[in-house]
Amino acid sequence: MNTAETKTSFVADHVRDMPRSGIRDFFELVQSADDVISLGIGEPDFVTPWHIREAAIYALEKGKTSYTSNLGLLKLRKSVSKYIAKHFEVEYSSDDEILIAVGVSEALDIALRATVNPGDKVMYHEPCYVSYHPSVLMTHGIGVRVPTSEEDNFALNPKRLWENWEPGVKVLMLNFPTNPTGGTVTHEQLLEIARFAQEKDILVISDEIYSELTFEGGHTSIASLPGMRDRTILLHGCSKAFAMTGFRIGFACASPELTEAMMKVHQYSMLCAPILSQEAAIEALENGTEAVERMKEQYHRRRDLVVRRLNEAGLKCHLPKGTFYAFPSIKSTGLDSKDFSYKLFESKRVAAVPGNAFGQSGEGFIRCSYSTSYENLILATDLIESFVQEL
Amino acid sequence: MEKVLQLLVEGESLNTKQMAQVLNYSEEEVEGHLDELKKKNILLGWRPVFNPSSEIDEIVRAVIEVKLKPERGGGFDKLAERISRFDEVESCYLMSGGYDLQVVVKGKQLRAVAAFVSERLATIDGVLSTSTHFLLRAYKEQGFLLPGLVGDSEKPKVSP
Repeated sequence: MNTAETKTSFVADHVRDMPRSGIRDFFELVQSADDVISLGIGEPDFVTPWHIREAAIYALEKGKTSYTSNLGLLKLRKSVSKYIAKHFEVEYSSDDEILIAVGVSEALDIALRATVNPGDKVMYHEPCYVSYHPSVLMTHGIGVRVPTSEEDNFALNPKRLWENWEPGVKVLMLNFPTNPTGGTVTHEQLLEIARFAQEKDILVISDEIYSELTFEGGHTSIASLPGMRDRTILLHGCSKAFAMTGFRIGFACASPELTEAMMKVHQYSMLCAPILSQEAAIEALENGTEAVERMKEQYHRRRDLVVRRLNEAGLKCHLPKGTFYAFPSIKSTGLDSKDFSYKLFESKRVAAVPGNAFGQSGEGFIRCSYSTSYENLILATDLIESFVQEL
Repeated sequence: MEKVLQLLVEGESLNTKQMAQVLNYSEEEVEGHLDELKKKNILLGWRPVFNPSSEIDEIVRAVIEVKLKPERGGGFDKLAERISRFDEVESCYLMSGGYDLQVVVKGKQLRAVAAFVSERLATIDGVLSTSTHFLLRAYKEQGFLLPGLVGDSEKPKVSP
């Protein structure tokens, strides 16, 4: 056996078989280039508001450098409880129904690991965030895709759930507003989805990280619907609304039994979220709402600009009702997603992520993040327009 | 808030054409809104913000605390207006507390500022006393942090 084979054989089968994220190759190409106008950034362009950063500094000065309870600081859990009650209209006890995780990424991972047995099926709507399917594979579960489409504005059409359901489905993962499409669901659709979950006796893991960035129709949490609280794990965090991606703070809210199960996984893998980040998160939740509103207004205006300009450029783009992503169709150009993104980058130095990086239902689209200045957005959409015309 | 005004408040420096694109107005419409803001004295004017320690803005500034004797009928206003009209005066505010006016004065040299205070300002009838503080170094200028206080971003150009 040669060395290369020996090394490969150490890698677990399910990890070896897991596809590499479609975003990584593109990342490496773009990262190495200069003078790029990037519409590829999946995080706020705003810096964390100073009062939140200052709270972390203060905590450091006061010598807060220890572990915290596995569930997270009680004071933070109280803030989360209050914040979720106010904004999501569902009550969770700070004693045993809230867990502070290292970002929603970890929260999602422990929620799946705490609930999925090998061979269990997990439904998720697609296009979706890059980690959803791999997270299912890491639990030895089986992913069941439910495509969402442009015709439905990338909302989850409840009909598709019934059509794609298979025996053995235990969990349904939701992410509204959705990265990468900006899709949201209406209250009525959510009621239908809830009915489906109840009828099929399914647990819902709902990642609502973009909820504050909902521009139209308001945000409803599925956990707040009748009969849903105890069959839902609600995931939220500080990254997007408070521009705190680097702090890595997420929360998982669920019944005491589910919280206890997630806590076991969290305890033996992560132990606890960093204390400085937790202190910053308290400041964000208690005093950050005004900054969130200010940023949201700006995202809203940018969205209107980008969607209008993309449509004018000849790329049909639905109106995303949340997040900071537009998801235009590039089908009219005859190119596939990857070709479009690479060629656009090569000829115009504009970076937009190919839609198929978010699953096969994303083929025929690109993701344009408008988490950048007006000036960049005007320039980037002008360049996209001339790129499309030159094809 | 009116849309053009809101865009100005956000602080990104955009020309009329760019503003028109962001708001989906014609350029003429944006001009119209800007004219309206000027007419209503909401928008007083445009001015670049220079780094106070750069060569281009090598200017001496002083903050002067001025105590006044208020006039019957006019209060502090007449005197404040009179002081404000000097070109050397960059800004002038009526204050609560230990003194009445805070006047920011600029000049090419320290001597010029000192002369302005002693010969022009202090000699006005009704000015009871002045106390001059020279500005030594700027850390933040009209909302802009000075270079050195802003860290380099290591944000990836593409992220999920």
